[in-house]
Order: sequence, then structure tokens, then C-alpha cells
Amino acid sequence: MNTRFEYLLRLGDDALILGQQLGLWTGHGPVLEEDIALTNIGLDQIGQARAWLSLAGKAENQGRDEDRLAFHRNQEGFRNALLCERPNGHFGDTIVRQFLFDAYAVPLHAALAQSNDAEIAAIALKSAKESAYHLRHSRAWLVRLGDGTEESHEKVQASLDLMLPFAGDLFFSDEVTTAATDEGWGPDPSDLRADWEAILSDTLSEAQLRRPDAVPEQIGGRQGRHTEQLSFLLAEMQVLPRTYPDAKW
Amino acid sequence: MRSADDWLALLQEVPDPEIPVLNIVEMGIVRNVDCQENGVLVNITPTYMGCPAMDAIADDIRDKLTPLAQEEGRKLQVDLVYAPAWTTDWLSDGAKAKLEAYGIAPPGRTADKRALNGEAPSVRCPLCKSDHTEMVSLFGSTACKAHYRCHDCSEPFDHFKCI
Repeated sequence: MNTRFEYLLRLGDDALILGQQLGLWTGHGPVLEEDIALTNIGLDQIGQARAWLSLAGKAENQGRDEDRLAFHRNQEGFRNALLCERPNGHFGDTIVRQFLFDAYAVPLHAALAQSNDAEIAAIALKSAKESAYHLRHSRAWLVRLGDGTEESHEKVQASLDLMLPFAGDLFFSDEVTTAATDEGWGPDPSDLRADWEAILSDTLSEAQLRRPDAVPEQIGGRQGRHTEQLSFLLAEMQVLPRTYPDAKW
Repeated sequence: MRSADDWLALLQEVPDPEIPVLNIVEMGIVRNVDCQENGVLVNITPTYMGCPAMDAIADDIRDKLTPLAQEEGRKLQVDLVYAPAWTTDWLSDGAKAKLEAYGIAPPGRTADKRALNGEAPSVRCPLCKSDHTEMVSLFGSTACKAHYRCHDCSEPFDHFKCI
């Protein structure tokens, strides 16, 4: 197995799938400002995905560039965490999904910025500024909704109960993450868990939200075992380049 | 044969596609110009990873410089680099003054990281110069801006995010 390729795919696919989902909010935000905010965050994610997947293509060395990887892989070839493919749902669902991811991305990018691989470190240093800004946005909304009205509280509590079991996939460890730590490319995701937990517990308490009782975590995205949602998402994302492979803008 | 400084001077004639009062050198997007016997290498860096203007900027550079490079028998190459990461600190004071005159509140020094750490920085209205302003949204009309409004003149305005 080309572990470096696999590792970079995971980084790229998380950003790509999340970015694609946020893009679906275009024209559907609850208010204009949030329409713009969610799609701006989506744009940052797509930008990060492009950088990671471009690097993954180089690591694979089979002539696949970022577009080829994004548009011409099937569901089993994707390595994003299951959390990223959870449907947008309502605004509160999207905010909870984004918060759970941002609280992981901030310590991840900080650790990757220390990578002994200069290309990885460069992308991470740039991404770190963006993920800090994203966390500021998703955290503020989680607090506002959780500590808001009775209705907003109940809805966002239900979003948290729904999304949290899928976040476990972010911290999945296997031979790929072991290779990453051995080679000094980046952290073992399980090492990021303490930082993530700290952000989570601090925010939930401010938002007056209750952490759901322990539920079995859903694992599988890193190994290409996905939920049905991803196939719908890919169908929409990939239809144009697959129908017209040589299409140019 | 043109020197690296000559090429840089030419690049100062390429405007930023989203903020045409600034050129791409003032914006800090042009990071380096390297002149070799047979080639000219221009390194550019994005303000934000997903900035959709990057492709347009690379095309604008090629449109302007390729014919000039060909005259000298040189090949032009435009490369995208991520390190060091772009920061608003690369905007000169002159560039910030131009931004404000254009109606965009310029970024403060980010060395104070209040913008990232959650504390709202005080932003001066570019229209009536009042400090009595409020952030409407962390995100604005482009990836690099946030949305504000002024309580004195009631006008909405963009603020260049501090990163």
C-alpha cells in the first residue's frame, strides 16, 4: 500500500466532501449573511482539497491530478470521514457537523504545520489560518443556538445527538496513520482527540448543550466503507466531468 | 534582457481582479521573480486557499508577460506556492490607504490576532471614518473580506480580514 498517498487522500477527501456539501447551501442559507458564510467556508475547503489531492496525485505517481481524483473515483475509493458525508439537514445540523469538524481541523493543521515534509507543512500552515476562522464561526453559532430559544436549543441538541457518533471516524488509526507518525508527516489522529474533546466540552458547556450518552461510534470512511449519502453526493458532483470527460470551462 | 526588477515593475501593472485599485505586487500575491538565461519564473501565493481569482491572476500574468519573454527568447512560468503563507501584514501602508479610499476598511496589524481569537477588532468606517461600527458577518463578498456596518452613516461596508 502507498501509505503516503492514502494519508493525503484522507486529508483531501474530508475537505472535498465537506466543501461540496457547504456549496449546496448556495441560495438556501437562512439569511443572506449565512448563505455567504457557509459557501465561503466551502470555498476554503475546496481550496484545501485541491492542494491535498494535488499532492496525493504526486505521491501516487500514476498521472492522476486533483481533478481526476475528485471526479473519477467511485464511492469505495473515497477516504473521507463519515461525519463529512452526513447530509446538510437544517442549518443547526450543518453547524454541528461543521463545529465537530473544525474542532478537529484546528489541532490537526497545527500538528501538520510541524510536519517534516515541507509540502505538507506549507499547506497546513495556510489551512490553519482558515480553520481557526471557521471554528470561530461554527462555535459562535453553536453557542447562539444552544443557548438560544427553547426551540433552537432542542433542535441543535438533536443535531448533536445525530452527528456525534459519526465524528469517531476522524480519529481512526491504522497502518496509514502509523506510517504518518513513523515518517513524521503528521500526527496520529488519536493524538488529536484530547484537543478536540477540550474544545467540545468547553463549547457545549457554554452552549448549554448536553453531551449525548456514549453511543457506538460509526467507523468506516477511511477504509472506503461509506453511507449511502456519499453516492448521491458523488453522483451530483461528478456527473458533468464523467458525462463529458474532456469538457472545459 | 530585462532584470528581475524590470519584470517586477511590469507585474505592478497587473491589477487584482477583485480589488482593481491594488496591483498584485502590492497585494503580496507575487512572492518572487527568478530570472534565468532561458526562463522567467514568477511565484504567486493565494490570499485564501480557495481564492477563485488565482487562475485569473495567473492568466493575466501570462497574457502580459509571455510576449515580452518570447522577445528575449525566454520561457515564462507561473507557479503557485503556499509557503510562506500569505498574511495581511504584507499589505503596505500605501496599499491600505488605497483600500480605504476604495471603500474597503483595511486590515489592522495582525500581529494582534484579535480577529482570529474571537475578540472583535475596532474597524473604522471607510466612508465617514467613524469607529462606531459593528460586524454583521465574519464572511463578506469575497473570501478575504468580512461584512460590517456603520452606526453613524448607516452604510454597510467590507472589511479586509486580518490573517
